[in-house]
This record gives sequence, structure tokens and C-alpha cells, in this order.
Amino acid sequence: MRAADTARLAAESMLRYPLRTVMMLLATSIGVASVLALTSLGEGARRFVTGEFSSLGTNLVIVMPGKTETSGGGLMLLAGETPRDLTLEDAEAVLRSPYVSTVAPVMVGAAPISWGGLEREVPVLGSTRSLLGIRHWNMAIGDFLPKLDMDRAAPVCVLGGVLRREFFGDQSPVGKWMRIGDRRCRVIGVLATEGRSVGIDVGEIVVIPVASGQALFNSPSLFRIIAQARSRETMDKAKADMIRIIKERHYGEEDVTVITQDAVLGTFDTIFNALTMALAGIASISLIVAGVLIMNVMLVAVSQRTEEIGLLKALGAKRRQIIALFLTEAGFLSVTGAVAGVMFGYTAVFILRRVFPALDFTPPLWAVGAAFGVAIVSGLLFGILPARRAARLEPVAALTGQ
Amino acid sequence: MKASRPARQLYVISSTESLSDRAIAETSKPIIELKGLRREFQVGDELVHALNGIDLQITAGEYVSIMGPSGSGKSTLLYILGLLDVPTAGGYRLAGVNTAQMNDDERASARQRDIGFIFQSFHLVPRMSAAENVELPMTLAGVAPDERRERVKQALEGVALADRAGHRPDQLSGGQRQRVAIARAIVTQPKVLLADEPTGNLDTASGDEVLHIMEALNQQGLTLIVVTHDPDVGERAGRHIGLHDGDVASDRVTGAGE
Ligand SMILES: Nc1ncnc2c1ncn2[C@@H]1O[C@H](COP(=O)(O)OP(=O)(O)OP(=O)(O)O)[C@@H](O)[C@H]1O
Ligand SMILES: [Mg+2]
Repeated sequence: MRAADTARLAAESMLRYPLRTVMMLLATSIGVASVLALTSLGEGARRFVTGEFSSLGTNLVIVMPGKTETSGGGLMLLAGETPRDLTLEDAEAVLRSPYVSTVAPVMVGAAPISWGGLEREVPVLGSTRSLLGIRHWNMAIGDFLPKLDMDRAAPVCVLGGVLRREFFGDQSPVGKWMRIGDRRCRVIGVLATEGRSVGIDVGEIVVIPVASGQALFNSPSLFRIIAQARSRETMDKAKADMIRIIKERHYGEEDVTVITQDAVLGTFDTIFNALTMALAGIASISLIVAGVLIMNVMLVAVSQRTEEIGLLKALGAKRRQIIALFLTEAGFLSVTGAVAGVMFGYTAVFILRRVFPALDFTPPLWAVGAAFGVAIVSGLLFGILPARRAARLEPVAALTGQ
Repeated sequence: MKASRPARQLYVISSTESLSDRAIAETSKPIIELKGLRREFQVGDELVHALNGIDLQITAGEYVSIMGPSGSGKSTLLYILGLLDVPTAGGYRLAGVNTAQMNDDERASARQRDIGFIFQSFHLVPRMSAAENVELPMTLAGVAPDERRERVKQALEGVALADRAGHRPDQLSGGQRQRVAIARAIVTQPKVLLADEPTGNLDTASGDEVLHIMEALNQQGLTLIVVTHDPDVGERAGRHIGLHDGDVASDRVTGAGE
């Protein structure tokens, strides 16, 4: 039999039972669509987290007080030891490493700020001018913190864009004196960069010199030391240097945690890729279920059509022609179902994007391909049994309805 | 070439063999030879002997009627002749070829090539037009579409239904349906036309028409075997075989329809 004729006959019998056909298409397409929707959730989460982390800057090596990686942390707590604070001296010392180009000490706290009768509690960031470059921030008005020695305080501050609108509306705040806690500071600039980055909304912070921060919060300890390595390749060397330098300064105690941005990004990538794969796997089960449904419905179709199959055999149809007819039908069903599923899937993703604009939902291409492939393969595999059963029918038995 | 494509080679040998067999058959002309043909059915614990060792020779071009009481094995015999069913024991040579050695697909090919079958209940595909029904065996055989269309036209003209080509079976009368079935049976130019009660569901007039068409084909050399209950129909044949409880009870040549 000619391929075109096989296709035509298979399509005809598919169209003869529209309800049955629609049910099978629905089963397959729901399977494919759920693979797409679930993997795009995983992928969206991955992009969100890695995006957040890359927005920190480039080639960053970050020092945090305390050792969190080893079980020693628990023991240290039991022993009543507290990790030594990170200090400005530590930050300055880190610059000695030839692999480190810039360093920004960071301290954080919350304090009320007020101006012209308005007051609100905001996160306050104490740092140095280097932070601007390290975080790739841009200025809307004025300038960032002046270039000062780390331990020099100055009564100046930089506002986030949201705060500027809240306090000053369209007015320029530059030159205005605000109150932060019990101190006064002159606004010297407004950040252009806004949006959340690792949990902090840049639009809602106030940045002051780190030494002023220490005075404001009456504490010498830093929250983080953020260093920028000279290049991606030297990040690990920079990390090793920094651990060595700080350990030396802390009397041989390695009481800090140093992470590189690369390693963190890599870990997130791995975790979220695994998550996406798991979601794809779970969703694929629905494709197998769709395959079983196709098999069931095809088996019913074979018994509905025994007379016709018997007639085809009486007219000279060979086994493989009957098999080809049924497999072609199963193939049509699963391909059409898969195409419909891809369309449903992208529609679902489109809706997800509307509902959660912060997350970049995109089904990974491999998931689209895999869903398509699994749908078709399972449709064909599960089509084999009914097709073979049809092919084995005895023409007389089929024709006389026994 | 031989070594690399053994399957193909086998096929060629068997087909040339059947060709030479056919050439011999052409000279001696027994198109159908049955020797000790038996067919038994297992029904529960009981073994039903539908055919009890039939010996029969039918010459190419003969017009044979098979009659007998209900349950005597007429349909069973016709199905075996049409390669739709397999005998339990005994030999059946169709056009000189031993059918016992054929596998499923070879029997399908032989059906396609040598046999036309007509059923009491027509067995047309309801969703297909008359033309599509007639076309079906050629579609299965892989005949090119242009040739198919030409031959469908001729076959429908042959049964005087050219004007009904586009009608579906439910838009045709019983006699017209049976004529479509005849067109479908002969469109592949078989050697033998087998009909099981072809007029059983028809009134006398349309039954007559159907018989006329088949007899005209017999006149052109087609071997015609008709199973019937109706003595008037049976008498029109040139040879009358009576079956009784799976045995040939009578075999009489009147020479009519020659
Ligand atoms: N598939 C089958 N299974 C069991 N027994 C069968 C089967 N087919 C036929 N038989 C038996 O074989 C015998 C012959 O049946 P067959 O159909 O050939 O009779 P028939 O001469 O065609 O009868 P009728 O004139 O009623 O059509 C009957 O006894 C029938 O019951
Ligand atoms: Mg019968």
C-alpha cells in the first residue's frame, strides 16, 4: 500500500470518531503542556535566583563572619566561642592580595530617617565609594559617597530612588540635610538603580560612609567584606589569599566564610537544573498515562472495527499493512496531541508570566523536545499492542462477527 | 547481490515457481483441487466436523453451484476455497499452488491476486462511496491512483452503476450494493469468483440482475462458484454439488452455463 493511502485511511478512521479522537488529543496535550509549564517554573526560579546573584556584580568574593560550612560551627557554639568580628582593618588588609582589585566593607542596620516632618525606618548601608563600582550601581542625581579613607566618617548620605520620591517628590534632595537616627547628614546623590537584589530593595536604602555607620550603630563589626577579583580566573586565588590574610589577622583562627560568586552561581544552577529535570520527569508520567489511554482506546477501536479489519484482510491486506494503519493512526493522534500540547503549554507559560512578572518563565528547549519525543514514542509504543491484535484477526472470524 | 539480498531472491524463486505452476495449470486447467479436505471446530468439549474429507476438482472457467441443508458446510468450504479459512487436514491446490505451505501474508497475496469474494450481507465499508469501496482492494495492492480511477470506472460500468459512483452504501438498494460488491471483487481481475448466498438478501428481480452479471463474467472465462439455498439459482449453474453433513452427497454436470 502507498504511504499516502495509509495516511489517508488512518486519518479517515481518526476523524470518524471525533469524541474519541478529541479525548486522546486532550490526554496527550495535557501531558505535554504540563511538562512545559512545570519545567518553565523550574527554569524561571533558576533564572530568578542566578539573576539576583549576578546582579550583585562580577567576579565577587564575599567574606562573612563566622564559619558556617563545617560541623565545627555547632561545636564552637557549644564551647561558647563566638567568632571574631570582621573589622575595617580586615577589609583594608584584604587589599594586600595582588589578586584583589577593590574592596568594599559593608555594614547594615536599620534607623529612622526624617526630613520636613516626614519620618520612616529604613535599611542603612555603611560602605565606601568602591561599592558603586562593585555593585554596578548608577547615579540619578549628584554623586555617590566621596573617596575617603575607610575609617573617615562624613555627614553625607545617598538616597534610594523610592525614598527620594517619598520625601522630596519631584524636588532635588541634593544639599538637603536629613536626620538619620541621632545624626544629621547632607544628601549628596540619588541612586538610579532600583529593584530587589538579594532581598534588599535598592530603591529604599540610605548609604552612608562605613565609619559613620559604625558610629551610628555604635559597633565596629562589618556585615560583609565584598572584594572584586582582578579576573574570573583569579577568583579562587583571591579567595585563598583572603582566607590566609584574615586567618593571620585573627590569630590563626579561620573564623570567616568566604564564598565566590561563581561557586554560588554554579551551585544554584545545579540545584535548579536538577529541580527542573525532576519536574519534567514527574510531568512525563502524565505522558505515559496518555500513552496507556491511547492503547486502551485503540484496543476498543480494534474490537469496534473487527468487521472492517476482517474485510480488509479478505481483500488482501497483509499483517503489516494493518499494523501500519493502526500505528499511523496512533502516530497522528500523538503528534497532533503533542503539537496542541506545546501550544497549550506556551499559553500557560504566557499566563504565568502575566501573573508573576518578576519571574522569567521560559520552558527550556530540551524540555519541549523531550515532551514532544516522549509523547510520540509512548503513543507509538502503546499503539503496537492494539495494532498487532488487529493484524492477527482471522478474516472469517472478523467478518462473521465471532 | 544474491548473498546480500537472500529474502528478495527467495521471493523471486517462489514467484517464478508459481508462474510455471500456473502455466501447467493453464494446460490441464484444474484451478481448484481438493484432497481429503477436513475442517473441524472445537466447540467446548465437542468436536464439530464441518467438512469430512472432501475430494473435488474444479476446472478453470466452470460455473458451479453448491447446495445443501443448513449446517452442511457450504460456507465453511467456500471460506477455505477463498483462503479466508484454513483446513484442519487435507490438501488444497489453487491454480496448481499448494496452499498448505502458505503463510498469512502469502495467503493475503493469493487472495488479492486470484480470488474475488461476494458475501450475502455485501460487507461494503459504510463510510466509503461505491467508487472508494471498489477502489479499496487496489489501494491495498498499491496500484497507482490514476490506474485505480480508470479501473474503478470500468468495473462500475461493468455492473451498470457508473452513475452511482459517489453514493454511499446506505444510499443504494440491496441489489445495487451487491453489484458494487461484485465490482470490488472483480476489479483486481481474479481467476475465481466465490459467492456465498449472493442473492440471499435480495428480491427476485435484483437477484436476477446480480446473477446475470456474474454469469456474464463466467462467460468471459472467470471460474464461478455460488453457494445457495435457492434451487432456481442453483439450477442455472453448469455443475451442481450437493453437500450433506460435510460430505459431497452429489455432483452432477448439466452442461448449462458452459
Ligand atoms: N467458527 C465456527 N465454530 C464452530 N462451529 C462452526 C464454526 N463455523 C461453522 N461451524 C459449524 O460447522 C458446520 C458447517 O457450518 P457452515 O456455516 O459451513 O454451514 P452452511 O452450510 O453454510 O449453513 P447455512 O446454509 O446455514 O449457511 C455447522 O455445524 C456449524 O455449526
Ligand atoms: Mg452458510
